[in-house]
Amino acid sequence: MTKSFGMGRGYLKSLALGSLIAFSLGATPSSAEEQYFPLQVYRQGPYAAGGTGFFGGMIDYMNLINMRDGGVNGVKLTWSECETGYEVEKGVECYQRMKDHNPPPGVWTPLSVGISYAMTDKITADQVPLTTINHGRTESSDGRVFKYLFPLLTNSGSETSAIVQYIGSKFGGMENLKGKKIVILFHGSPYGKETTPLLKQLGEKYGFEVKDIEVPHPGAEQGSQWLEIKRYKPDFIILRGWGIMNPVALKTARRTGYPIDKIVGNIWSNSEEDVKPAGDAGIGYTAVTTQTSGTSSPILQDIIKTVYGANKGDLADKSRIGSVYHNLGIVNGMLTVEAMRVAQKKFGNKMLTGDEFRWGLEHLNLDEAAVDKVGAKGLFHSINVTCENHEGNGLLIFQKWDGTKYEPVTDWIKPDWAMLRPIIENASAAYAKEKGITPRNCAEEETAQK
Amino acid sequence: MIVTSASSSSSRATNSLITPGVLFILAAAYTIPPLIGSEYLFNAILAPTLALGLAALGLNLLTGYAGQVSLASAAFMAIGAFAAYNLTLRVPDITMVVSFILAGLFAAAIGLIFCLPAFRLRGFYLAISTLAAQFFVQWATNFPWVTNYSPSGVIDAPPISIFGYVVQTIQGKYFVALTIVALLTIFVARLVRTQAGLNFIAIRDNELAAKVIGVPVLKTKLLVFAISSFIIGISGVLWAFTYLGTIQAGYGGFDLNRSFSVLFCIIIGGLATIRGSYLGAAFMVAFPLLLSRVGGYLFADLNAGILENCQKIIIGALIILVLIFEPDGLSALIDRMWRKITGANKNDKEKTSDLQTIGNT
Repeated sequence: MTKSFGMGRGYLKSLALGSLIAFSLGATPSSAEEQYFPLQVYRQGPYAAGGTGFFGGMIDYMNLINMRDGGVNGVKLTWSECETGYEVEKGVECYQRMKDHNPPPGVWTPLSVGISYAMTDKITADQVPLTTINHGRTESSDGRVFKYLFPLLTNSGSETSAIVQYIGSKFGGMENLKGKKIVILFHGSPYGKETTPLLKQLGEKYGFEVKDIEVPHPGAEQGSQWLEIKRYKPDFIILRGWGIMNPVALKTARRTGYPIDKIVGNIWSNSEEDVKPAGDAGIGYTAVTTQTSGTSSPILQDIIKTVYGANKGDLADKSRIGSVYHNLGIVNGMLTVEAMRVAQKKFGNKMLTGDEFRWGLEHLNLDEAAVDKVGAKGLFHSINVTCENHEGNGLLIFQKWDGTKYEPVTDWIKPDWAMLRPIIENASAAYAKEKGITPRNCAEEETAQK
Repeated sequence: MIVTSASSSSSRATNSLITPGVLFILAAAYTIPPLIGSEYLFNAILAPTLALGLAALGLNLLTGYAGQVSLASAAFMAIGAFAAYNLTLRVPDITMVVSFILAGLFAAAIGLIFCLPAFRLRGFYLAISTLAAQFFVQWATNFPWVTNYSPSGVIDAPPISIFGYVVQTIQGKYFVALTIVALLTIFVARLVRTQAGLNFIAIRDNELAAKVIGVPVLKTKLLVFAISSFIIGISGVLWAFTYLGTIQAGYGGFDLNRSFSVLFCIIIGGLATIRGSYLGAAFMVAFPLLLSRVGGYLFADLNAGILENCQKIIIGALIILVLIFEPDGLSALIDRMWRKITGANKNDKEKTSDLQTIGNT
């Protein structure tokens, strides 16, 4: 008898706890003149460098818009943070916690492939967009199937295509890739695995051999992987790392005598935090990016003057202003705000619903002149998102680390979208079939709206 | 085997299993959350607690009752989840219930293979050998067909359909999970009172002595590994189908960290107790959330990273304190508190839970 009551008590207790948590949910008063952004940040854990830099940039940009312009057409930008530590379960808990916020979320940005996968069904049901700048599910570029996912600027497929073009140029032309051996050293996570099949496809097309070598999370020990590399003797290595894995890879490369100029880093292996801990071993390392680093663009100057001048900057370490992750966060903030402006033109200068925000993102078109106008000349090239193409055809550039800063070593590179699109459409069609989704008819939607 | 050898104790078992208390808890679990629950309660608290609690129950059977330490819980969760996914995807017209059960059986079969070292190894050495299962499963998911050729290795669990009825709401998924958990829990509660259950404990306490008095050690170990793997496999299915909706084997999914958190559940909740598994799971799920809420209100200006680190320190300290002051876990703590509240020490023996008397013998 008593045993059962004991269990009952324990149960009631956890119930009480649960309801306490449930009832303590967002009690903030609603205001029509604000747009809320839930930020699933990671400021601690093995990937904190990426998290603090990126979300720091995003927050700095939103602060700038609030302080300089008084918000977006009078609508103030607000946000709150929830720490995920880059863990999927925590990311989902954060989603549940923030989705009932009042006013409701405008757009989600978890900056994690795993978390965005787990949120896909949920945000689609909620009709709130989710942006995965420079990462995310490759096939989500197909907006006809993934209505609410936006892998802005580039996805891992486009990025891989640009990297292969760069390696080709290193050998004096794509035809010289024939018979070459390329290793992809990847982070053992969904993000890391994503590009291997595509790279193998590119290998078949250009006649190079691909070997994929996994580095399990977090990647602080890579002895056996580099032993394998030494035996295989690749002509080039693509480093698809994340966090601590990158400096360790560069240091181990130096130790095993692999030349640094035969390694190219992908977008999440391209930051100052990846090379600085490697010391001398990082000098001469090249990596791809969608946004240049440095503080020369007008928007960075504005942020330094207005936001950091008023001591409202988010980065604790001011030397990180203008770093790769910080600038990426700024670009992400900028794309989000510009999409908001686009949507406001159609729906009025008010708080947007998730679906209205989606419409804004789908009509986000910034050519070089428009990028110049928002003060980002030289920071990133351009973007043109449409209903079919949620990626927006961003261009990529390669930067080399000289020991103190990154300097561009190529021009802006166009990925081979014509070759990638059928692959994306095949994958998205398979997803649509598995999930029972009927792809949207974008042309019809456009005419219906007009 | 269980049935025949348990005949002597079966009447006692059935008598004490379905008590008014158990019925009350079940009734409450089915009725109260849907009445008061927000989506947050279901998705962020109840769903992970049920799945993690079931995994803890499986491990508790193996470690708490039978004394076989395992660090491969996440591997068996992964096997269950991936098997259920592939069965649903590839076997036409399979009923979801059948695919779940088959997934559990599949996990049990793999569990039998990886229990072979248990015939020779004990304690730490066995724990290390179970790591092999952990790494084997992570490696095996690299075969592209396992993830249905998903380039990232993450797959989406299909919607649950039971006899043609598609469960779409979060409440519906909760009922499915709760029913499965309740059935398996009753099964385990029954099992540990049978001769087989007593054999588990005999092996845990002294394997040599158990052998001498005629406990079939080999058979018993096979049995406990199979049942434990089955239950943990099903918990993986729940994790994938009723909670997260996505399945991944490596980092951030069913990795070694998950195995450790299942182990922490039974250490905190109480070894060799059934409710301890769920108490431990509830603690592991709800406590960090509560801390982060409280921290968020008290120190709103503090950035999320510092707050998170503070939580880790507090949770770590609490685990150590629990281990020092209440090595029998939350289950024993609640027992003691209950006795204090009711103030009665008389009939003490009656008041201690039946399971615990068995567990403590």
